[in-house]
Amino acid sequence: MKKTLNLVLAAVTTMGLAFSAHAEDYITLASTTSTENSGLFDSILPKFEDTTGIEVRVVAVGTGQAFEIARRGDADSLLVHDTAGEKRFVENGYATERADVMYNDFVLIGPADDPANISEAKTAAEALSAIAETEAPFASRGDDSGTNRAELRLWESAGVEPGGSWYRELGSGMGPTLNTAAAMDAYVMSDRATWVAFENRQNLKLLFEGDKVLFNQYGSLLLSEEKHPHLKHEMAAKWHNWLLSDDGQKAIADFKVDGQQLFFPNAQ
Amino acid sequence: MEDNAFYVALSLLVNLDASLYQIVVLSLQVSLLAVLIAATLGFPLGAAVALWQFPGRGGVIVALNALMGLPPVVAGLGVYLLLSRAGPLGELGLLFTPGAMVIAQVILVLPILAALSRQKVEELLGEYREQFVSLGMSRARMMPTLLWDARFALLTVLLAGFGRASAEVGAVMMVGGNIDGVTRVMTTAIVLETSKGALPLALGLGIVLLTLVMAINATAYILSEMAKRRMG
Repeated sequence: MKKTLNLVLAAVTTMGLAFSAHAEDYITLASTTSTENSGLFDSILPKFEDTTGIEVRVVAVGTGQAFEIARRGDADSLLVHDTAGEKRFVENGYATERADVMYNDFVLIGPADDPANISEAKTAAEALSAIAETEAPFASRGDDSGTNRAELRLWESAGVEPGGSWYRELGSGMGPTLNTAAAMDAYVMSDRATWVAFENRQNLKLLFEGDKVLFNQYGSLLLSEEKHPHLKHEMAAKWHNWLLSDDGQKAIADFKVDGQQLFFPNAQ
Repeated sequence: MEDNAFYVALSLLVNLDASLYQIVVLSLQVSLLAVLIAATLGFPLGAAVALWQFPGRGGVIVALNALMGLPPVVAGLGVYLLLSRAGPLGELGLLFTPGAMVIAQVILVLPILAALSRQKVEELLGEYREQFVSLGMSRARMMPTLLWDARFALLTVLLAGFGRASAEVGAVMMVGGNIDGVTRVMTTAIVLETSKGALPLALGLGIVLLTLVMAINATAYILSEMAKRRMG
C-alpha cells in the first residue's frame, strides 16, 4: 500500500513539474474562431515570437465570449471583430486603447441552385430580403459572436425581422454552422477566411460578395491596467504594437490560403 | 484515399508528427493524473461511506451516484468561474493551463470512483464481516484490507473513470481553452478539426484516441490476468 502511494505521489509530482516547465514569456490572447480556424495565427505568431521571444497563446472563441474572458481578467490581450462592441469596451474602462488592425469581409453562402436567387442581388440587403421572401432555410450563428452581431445588423438594415421555421439559430461557431448549413442546404453568412479554409462544402457555394456593408473590421485592444493590474501589460503592448507595425501588417498581408489573401491590413 | 478516415488515422499513427505526439502525450498526462488524484481521494472515500454509519449517509450515496452524471460542461463552467481572475481562486493563475484541465477532470471522475468503489467494498464487507468481527478489527483497519481484496474490481472502476476523463470535451475546452501546444488534447483537437470541416482528419484523430484507450484497457486487462494467475 505504502509503495503504491509513494508511486502515485512520485507520478503526480513529475507530471506537475512537466506542466509548470513551460516558458514564462507568454501572453494569453482572447480572439475569434475566424482568425484561428483560417490558419492566420499559425502563420503570423511564429514571426512575432522570433522578433520578441514572446509566445502568444490563443484562446479562440466567439467575440461575445472573448469580451467576457477579457472583462474577467483572464486574457492579456484581445483581438476581435465588433467595432461597436470594442468601443463600448473602451468606454466602460476595460480597455485603454483600441486600434484597427485588418479587415476581411463577410460573404453569403448558399446551396448551388440558389432558390432565392441571391447571386443576382445588387446589395446584401436585397439578398437577405430575397431569402426571407422565399423562406429558404437560413442558418444563423445565434451565439452573440462578431459575425452573429453583424448578421443581425444586416437583417435590420434589410428591414426584415428574421424568424419562423426557415430561420435557424444554431448557437455554434462558424465552422459547426457551416457544417450544419451544408447538411441542410441552407443559406449562411460566413467570414471569407473561414469559408476559404473550410473543407466540408458539399453543395454549398459562395453566392454573394462585395457589398461594402459586408466589411469586417478587426481591432486589437490594450486592456486596462487599472482594472486588472495582474495582467502582462508590457508584453501585451508589444504584441499590440507589433500588429500595427510594418512588420506585423506585412505578416498579415503575406498570409494566403490557396494563393488567396484573406486578411487586409489597415492599421493607421 | 485521403478522404478515408481510417487511412488518415493510419497515416497519423505512422507519421506521428511532433504536434500530434504532443497532443497525445498531453491527453494522457492530464487524464491519467486526474484519475490518479481522483483514485487517491475517491477510493478511501467510497470505502469510508461503505464502512461507517453516519447521519445523512443515504444522502451522500445518492449524491455520489447522481454526480456520476454531472455534465462535463457544467463541471467546466464551475471550474472556470472558480479559477477565473474574478473568481475565488483567480490568484493562482491556473485558468487556461493543463492544471485547470486536471482539476475539472478530477471533479468528473471522483464521483464515479467513489460511488462504484462504495458499492464494491460494501459487497465485500458482507462476505468478510464475521471474520472481521471475530478478529476484533476496527473499521479503520478493515479499509485497506477491503480495498486491497477488491483491487481487481476497482481496476475496472479505475478504467471507467479513465474513460470518462479521456472522452470528455466540454470541461477541458472551457478551462483549457484549446490553446495550440499548451492545452490542446485529443478531444478538443477533434472539435477544432470538425469546425474546420476537416471531417476525415477529425474522424482519424477519433480513431487514434480510441486506439489509445483500447491499448490502455488491454494493458490493464493483461496485467490483472497475470496477477490473478500468479495468485493461483
